[in-house]
Amino acid sequence: MGDVLIFAEHQGGHFPKSTLTAVHAGLELAKKRGGKAVAVVAGDAPEAAAGEIAKYGVVKVIALAHPALKNYLADAHAQALAALAKKEGAEFVIATATAMGKDLFPRLAARLGAAMASEITAINDDPTFVRPTYAGNVMATVEIDGPIKVLTVRGTAFDAAKPGDGDAPVEKQNAEIDAGALKMEFVSFSATKSDRPQLTEARIIVSGGRGLKAGENFKTVLEPLVDELGAAMGASRAAVDAGFVPNDLQVGQTGKVVAPELYIAVGISGAIQHLAGMKDSKVICAINKDEEAPIFAVADYGLVADLFKAVPEMTEEIKKLKHS
Amino acid sequence: MKILVPIKRVPDPATTIRVLPDGTGIATDNVKWVINPFCEIAIEEALRIKEKQTGEVVLVTVGQSTWQEQLRTGLAMGADRAILVKTDAALDSLAIARIIAKIAGNEKPDLVILGKQAIDDDANQVGQMVAEMLGWPQATFASKIEIAADKISVVREVDGGLETIAFKMPAVITADLRLNEPRYASLPGIMKARKKELKEIAADSLGVDLAPKLKIKTLAAPPKRQGGRKVASAQEMVSLLHTEAKVI
Repeated sequence: MGDVLIFAEHQGGHFPKSTLTAVHAGLELAKKRGGKAVAVVAGDAPEAAAGEIAKYGVVKVIALAHPALKNYLADAHAQALAALAKKEGAEFVIATATAMGKDLFPRLAARLGAAMASEITAINDDPTFVRPTYAGNVMATVEIDGPIKVLTVRGTAFDAAKPGDGDAPVEKQNAEIDAGALKMEFVSFSATKSDRPQLTEARIIVSGGRGLKAGENFKTVLEPLVDELGAAMGASRAAVDAGFVPNDLQVGQTGKVVAPELYIAVGISGAIQHLAGMKDSKVICAINKDEEAPIFAVADYGLVADLFKAVPEMTEEIKKLKHS
Repeated sequence: MKILVPIKRVPDPATTIRVLPDGTGIATDNVKWVINPFCEIAIEEALRIKEKQTGEVVLVTVGQSTWQEQLRTGLAMGADRAILVKTDAALDSLAIARIIAKIAGNEKPDLVILGKQAIDDDANQVGQMVAEMLGWPQATFASKIEIAADKISVVREVDGGLETIAFKMPAVITADLRLNEPRYASLPGIMKARKKELKEIAADSLGVDLAPKLKIKTLAAPPKRQGGRKVASAQEMVSLLHTEAKVI
């Protein structure tokens, strides 16, 4: 009872920060339920990667191996994880709500006949869980019935687990997969090329909205500020829909949810759906020429100004600050 | 080619949603009900595929009688017929998925296309659950679908880029924002929709387990963020970020 199985997502052996969020949440949950937290790293040769997770406080790391797990595919991974969860007697199975977590975990839940709470932001003692609904405007406290409960956690809602002194054993297991039942084929992955930090991992984000008026202005006006701050660049849905910037820059309810230390919204009005993606940022700044823009209501510091003047001024000011 | 499109009725995204003081639900007096935006994208994609391939687009929704309105809108867009699985209960994603899987078992579609998430519960589960229950491939967050003679390729929006996967039909696909821009129902479409078949089935006549496993205990507004402070210049903003907020 109370045992937690943590799915430790990796990209070719590298663990994104989001995985450490799942580890932290899994450890918290296991502690509250008086159970053990075990992590699982899946792949065709996951032992080395599994060793990386051993220092974060779980009692063991399972290196779940099978050729069919080489690339991520929902059907193979769901089969493997479901069999493992049952075998390990886990009461909770948890992952971060990344693109992979969101794709995989509902399928896993259905395979286990379990209910799932998506993108939880808090674990209560009873244990109920809190999750955002209506674009984060209504926080629902939910309870899951059944012998197995499936959860994904919002990546921005928990701290990342920190490495400790413990060195958990790595246990290699062969995944139980009926290869004949697999029907999906991985064709290719095309990475967005950028030297900038990833949106979901950046300490500072500068986002542009429709107020930038053209894609070119993202380059000439916004990017100097972004790079002066060593930030990631984001965008509102309006800017993406207008074709100013690629899709994966979109911050919002149906784009990426971020909570950096500093979020600077430039030329963004602050529609509910955008706020849903950034309102948990530690400090929010807004620059917009419309003083009625809803973004100002959530901004710690708001500047009503023409962004085409204000942003270069800000960039200049930060340069001065760095050299002072 | 038969395409099943499950849809959901949700409050218009522009609505300001208020939680009832006792936390048991949201205030619905000011709510305008619409088809979930992602479901509209799913309907549109199904219609485009039908227009290329010939076939039938069947809508299904699980909800109250009033949800007929949203089915009629989908029929007006061009879907061929609709099924209302009637229930007054608030079912969780698992139960909804079981119902859809059962309907799919009866209808035997080549594709089930859904929106990736409903903008009310933001759960993002039903499509994936249906795929598992049917034992079919799934492609979530689809931004492009290519149907070739022997297989389907789907480009998916994932973290850090675009992933392409392929599989044979039958399959489940969930639609992301960039998949298409849905059409408006035309006036002739609206007129035709009145004559199209809209069948009602009682949810508990399907013989699936509907007992809720995910239960909502209470609802609350999120902690309100203190904002609204204005600064006079870019210089002041940078200065405050450095000395007061200490983030740069």
